[in-house]
Amino acid sequence: MWIESTIALKFMRQGLTQTILILVGIAVGVSVIVFITTLVTGLQENIIERTLGTQAHIRVQPADEINAFAPSAPGTISLTLEDKRAQRLRSINNWQQVMDALETLPEIRAVSPVVSGPGFARRGDVIKSITLVGMEPERYEKIIPISQDIVQGAFKVGAGDAVIGQQLADDLGIRVGNRMRIETGAGRGTVVTIAGIFELGVRELDSRYVYLDMKQTQSLVGLFGAVTVIDVAVNDLFDAENISKRLAKLTSLKSESWMKTNAQLMNALSSQTLSTSIINFFVALSVAFGIASVLAISVTQRTREIGILRAMGTTQQQMLRVFLIQGALLGMAGSAAGSFVGSAMVWAFNVFGPKLFYIPLRTDLIPIVMFAATLTGTLAAMVPAWRASKLDPVVAIRYV
Amino acid sequence: MSDASSIRTPGGNIDPTTLRPSTTGSNGHEEVLRLDKITKSYNIGKPTEVEVLHGLNMRLERHDFAALIGPSGSGKSTLLNIIGLLDTPTSGELYLMGQPTSVMDDAQRTAIRGSAIGFVFQFHHLIQAFTALENVLMPVMVARGKPDRETRERGMALLAQVGLDGHAHKQPSELSGGQQQRVAIARALMTRPALLLADEPTGNLDSKTAGGIFDLFRQFNAEFGCAVLIVTHDPRLSDTCDRVINLVDGQIVSED
Repeated sequence: MWIESTIALKFMRQGLTQTILILVGIAVGVSVIVFITTLVTGLQENIIERTLGTQAHIRVQPADEINAFAPSAPGTISLTLEDKRAQRLRSINNWQQVMDALETLPEIRAVSPVVSGPGFARRGDVIKSITLVGMEPERYEKIIPISQDIVQGAFKVGAGDAVIGQQLADDLGIRVGNRMRIETGAGRGTVVTIAGIFELGVRELDSRYVYLDMKQTQSLVGLFGAVTVIDVAVNDLFDAENISKRLAKLTSLKSESWMKTNAQLMNALSSQTLSTSIINFFVALSVAFGIASVLAISVTQRTREIGILRAMGTTQQQMLRVFLIQGALLGMAGSAAGSFVGSAMVWAFNVFGPKLFYIPLRTDLIPIVMFAATLTGTLAAMVPAWRASKLDPVVAIRYV
Repeated sequence: MSDASSIRTPGGNIDPTTLRPSTTGSNGHEEVLRLDKITKSYNIGKPTEVEVLHGLNMRLERHDFAALIGPSGSGKSTLLNIIGLLDTPTSGELYLMGQPTSVMDDAQRTAIRGSAIGFVFQFHHLIQAFTALENVLMPVMVARGKPDRETRERGMALLAQVGLDGHAHKQPSELSGGQQQRVAIARALMTRPALLLADEPTGNLDSKTAGGIFDLFRQFNAEFGCAVLIVTHDPRLSDTCDRVINLVDGQIVSED
């Protein structure tokens, strides 16, 4: 390989202008691939993080209540007009055992029992509709880290303490330490002290969620000892849907993954990934054609020299390798430069861009991109290299 | 390179580097090349089929210094390409060092070309990207990779013999036409070939430079004993050769 590499390098250095031009071309293409891939994966991770910052990966709830039908005699055709049943707020049967069972599954990271129901918050004349969320903070925080989003006070419930959203606090004119009355439909009510205010950045949640102690919530919604939802966090985010399906079978409960709840988001993300792949593919393709055309020109320019090398005993395989090595080197060097430029573009995007997101640099991407570019360069060099190796020395030497 | 390390022939495996003239008798005549009824046709099977070489017989021995002359279109270059294993005859057999070449595949022919045959072309034909010394070393580098010190010294010695020891590290573009042709001759001799083929080696040089180049061929023929076959148009040069092979219309009309 030594002589092939030497000839390849000398050829590239001799046609330095050509080499530099194609290297710039490869670098531009690769930098676009690196930049777009980093940007899109960064954005997607950001979006998913934000979405999952406020919801559990999987929510396990009691199965919907459905009407039971008396079986009709064989051979009878029955026409049924069905009124769907209203779904009462119900507890998960044997939720302790269900929870214990879920906790043993290796793909599940955390489980948190939640009792949740509708209610009203009142301060003075103002009444706001709210969602009561009773939970154990330690467990719940492993699912949704509320503490990170506390803007006032602390995430502390129990002993008449409650934590509410910024929007609700604004609507009711409440600060930490103020008191607020909570009422539920059944005529039950209580007064709580606001221990903390959070801001998740989702208006719906910030204006409705009221975090309370579990026992207190159970008594407020009238379901003593009950749990209405089990929130689950899994290890592999994108396996949530599969795990959810298994949980449903395992527990005979209704199980919904974040992927199903956010089907539209998932759809958008996968279309985005697809379009990124298409862009990358076509950029790579044009880079490959660039390499192929430069090497094809090089073969033509060096026809006579190839003929002499062949006359001096250079084998066809050696000739083939001379040009394959050139393709590989172009791909490798061009992609190294391109990875650097692409990373610099990501850095510039973070510093000078709209600053909506921080895009982490993808250093893991660089070896992959460089390997792919080297391979692409080698493949692109196939046709010119093959032509060079097949040149008839007799014809090549007389080529002017 | 593994593909050039040994050659398979009906006679078994032979190392191309050991391909040396075969002694055919006690009188010291060693056969380098023998043509046996060589013909060459183009456009075979088409209405335009034409035979350019008609059953040539020829023999070159060690220390032979021969000129191949003939008018344009007589088939000189075709014959030289066939002898140099760059082209294949349509029929007949070409023996190099007593070995029949028609049974060899391309890799074997390439290996012999690199080790036993030296080429000097009309247009010096150096590889522009390499220095004069690297060009001289090229046949060895192609066959055996990075040159060792001994090889480099031999390259330098050859350059010195062609009077270019001061130009070893110059690029071909920095050398004159005559100098480039002398580098090409040094390159052709690098592998100690048994047969040196030259196609109009002085064709684009002035007569003084041409004379100097011719003297070099003479010198190496005497020194290394390699058979030399020179295609030329120049009667002044061919007259100084030991043998003159006259090719007309694909036939050897006279040999003296």
